[in-house]
Amino acid sequence: MALLAVEGLRTQFATSGGTVRAVDGLSFAIERGEVLGLVGESGCGKSVTSLSIMRLVPPPGRVTAGRILLDGDDLLDKDAEAMRRVRGARIAMVFQEPMTSLNPVFTIGDQIAAAVRAHEGGGRRAAWARAVEMLDHVQVPSPRERARDYPHQLSGGLRQRAMIALALAPGPQLLIADEPTTALDVTIQAQILDLLRRLQAERGMAVLLITHDLGVVAELCHRVAIIYAGRIVEMAPVTKIFEEPLHPYTRGLLRCLPHPSRFGQPLSSIEGAPPDLRQSGAGCRFAPRCPLALESCRRDEPVLAERRPGHFVACPVVSV
Amino acid sequence: MITPLVEVRGLEKRFTAGGAWLRGRRRVIQAVDGVSFAIERGEVLGLVGESGCGKSTTGRLILRLIEPSAGSIRFEGHDLTALSPPRLWATRQRMQIVFQDPFAALNPRMRVGRIIAEPLAIYERADAAGRRRQVSELLEVVGLDPAFAERYPHELSGGQRQRIGIAAALALRPSLIVADEPVSALDVSVQAQVLNLLMDLRRRFGLTYLFISHDLHVVLHMSDRVAVMYLGEIVEIGPRDALHRAPRHPYTQVLLSAVPVADPTLRRERIVPKGEVASPLAVPAGCRFHPRCPFVFDRCRVERPLLRKVGAGHEAACHLHDGGG
Repeated sequence: MALLAVEGLRTQFATSGGTVRAVDGLSFAIERGEVLGLVGESGCGKSVTSLSIMRLVPPPGRVTAGRILLDGDDLLDKDAEAMRRVRGARIAMVFQEPMTSLNPVFTIGDQIAAAVRAHEGGGRRAAWARAVEMLDHVQVPSPRERARDYPHQLSGGLRQRAMIALALAPGPQLLIADEPTTALDVTIQAQILDLLRRLQAERGMAVLLITHDLGVVAELCHRVAIIYAGRIVEMAPVTKIFEEPLHPYTRGLLRCLPHPSRFGQPLSSIEGAPPDLRQSGAGCRFAPRCPLALESCRRDEPVLAERRPGHFVACPVVSV
Repeated sequence: MITPLVEVRGLEKRFTAGGAWLRGRRRVIQAVDGVSFAIERGEVLGLVGESGCGKSTTGRLILRLIEPSAGSIRFEGHDLTALSPPRLWATRQRMQIVFQDPFAALNPRMRVGRIIAEPLAIYERADAAGRRRQVSELLEVVGLDPAFAERYPHELSGGQRQRIGIAAALALRPSLIVADEPVSALDVSVQAQVLNLLMDLRRRFGLTYLFISHDLHVVLHMSDRVAVMYLGEIVEIGPRDALHRAPRHPYTQVLLSAVPVADPTLRRERIVPKGEVASPLAVPAGCRFHPRCPFVFDRCRVERPLLRKVGAGHEAACHLHDGGG
C-alpha cells in the first residue's frame, strides 16, 4: 500500500465571480521513502493540493470530492482532533517563508522542544536536549547557543534550517515541502537542497515537494507530476520527464528555460495564458495553447494513461 | 577609439543605518565599493550576484536615481556626476529603467495609454494626437494590441504589465536600458516571452542593456559579457562563454555549480560554499569571499585582491590568479 494515495481530489473556492476549480480531479500516490515533485506555474493548484492533504484549505475553499488515504486511512473522514494528531506527527510541512511556521516570540529551542513534548511527552530538560540535537542534525552551527535565539536573530538560511528541524522533530513519515528554497539565494538554496536530500535518505521519509522550479526537481525528486490548471498532465520518473517529456505542456515548459547549451538563442515560449479556472470548459485545458491540438481535444476530457511503463500522460494526440 | 556608452570608475555607495534619534550606533553599509566597468554601444552587460551584493544599487547609481558616495559615471562621454541639473535632465531621456515588479512600477490610477505617454508629455515630445499615435506604436512594438491603452494595470497579467513597463521605458527612444530583475516575478513560460522580447528590441533599436539578475542562467542567456558581484565589488568580469565555461573566481565557480539545472544528465559535482553571505555591515578583511572560499590561503585573509587579467577581456579578483594566471 502506498504511504499516501490521493484519489480524484477536487478543491473549489466559491467566490462572488463564480466557483474556482483550483484542484480538479487529481490522483497520485507516494510510496514510503519516495520524493515526488508536484510542478507547475502560479495558480495551477499545487499549493492548494498540499493544503487539501493537510485539511488546511482556507475558506471559501472546500474539498468537494475525492479521498486522501494515509496508510489506507481517509484523512477527509477524520474529525478535527484526529486531524490534529496527524499534522506534525505523521505529516509535517515546511514553507517558503519560515516565519509561516516559526513563532516570533519564542526561542527556536523552545518551539522545537514544545513540538517534541507534544508528540513524545517527557520532561523539559529532555525535550530541550532533543531540540539542540535536532538543530545539530540540520547542521545549524553552535546549536546549543542558537537554540536560545529568537527567529529574527537568525539569517534566512538558518531560519529555514530551524523550520526543518521543527518539522522533523516528531519524526513524520511524510514531509510536504512547499517551495522550500524559493526565497533563498542560490548558494543557500544549494545547501538546503543538500540537507533535504541527506535527511530524506537517512530517515527514509517520503517527501512531497511543491515547486515551480524544474531545476530543483531535477536535483531532488525521484518522480514528478506536472500540473496544469488543476489537473495532472504528465507523471513519470524524473529522468523520463527531462529526457523524454511527452505532454506538449511539459515539452513547452522545458524549452522555455535558458539552457547551458543554448545560451543566447531565442527561447521557445508557450503562447497565451492559463485558462480561467471559473469556467468548467470541456476537453483538455491546455488545448487553447497547444501546438498539437485537434478538434477533439476541445471536446473530450483527456485521461491520464500509462503510455509507457511508469510514464503517465493525459494527451491522446502525442505519439509515444 | 570609440568611447563606450557607459564608463563607471571607482563607484562607491555608502548608506548609513541607525542614527542619533534612537541613540543607536550609526552604522555604515558599504553597498557598492569600488566598482569599475564599461558598456559598449549595443552591448548587453549582465550583472549577477546574490541579495545584498550591490547589483541593484549599481544600476540605480548609473542612472543617478541615487547619488554615489564616490567615483565617476560617464554616459556618452560626459560625467553624469558633474552635469548641471538641466543637462542631467536632458541626458536622462536616453537612459531608462525597467523594474522587477511591474505592478509596483505602474501607477494603478492611470490607464496604460497615459502611463506610456507620460514620459513623452514630460519631455514635450509630441502633442496629444502625436502621443496617442506613439502609444499605439509602442504597444505594438511590445506585442500588445493598441486597445490595451484603455486598460488599467490591475486588469493585466504579470507578463502584460512587464510589457507596459518596457513600452514606457522605450517611449523616449533611449540608448541605455537598465533592466533590474525584469523577469524575476514571472512564471517561466511568461519569462521566456519577455526575454525574447528584450532580445528582439535590442536588435531592432540597437539598445544597450545593463541586465541585472540574481538568476545566473538568465544572465548568461541574455548577456554578451557578465560581471559577478559579491558584497559590493566585482569579483569577475568577462565574455559570457569564457565566464560560463572557464570561470576563474571561486565565487563564480560556486555560483555556477549551485544553480539547479533542469537536466538530470548534467548533474555535476557540486562545490557548496561554506556558511552564508556576510553582512555588508561586517565585511570580512582581505578577500571578502575568503570565509566561504574552498581554496582560501593565508594571503586571502589579509590582502584584498584586485581585478587582474586572466584571459582576453576576462578579469578576476583572486590571489590564485596573481601573476598572470
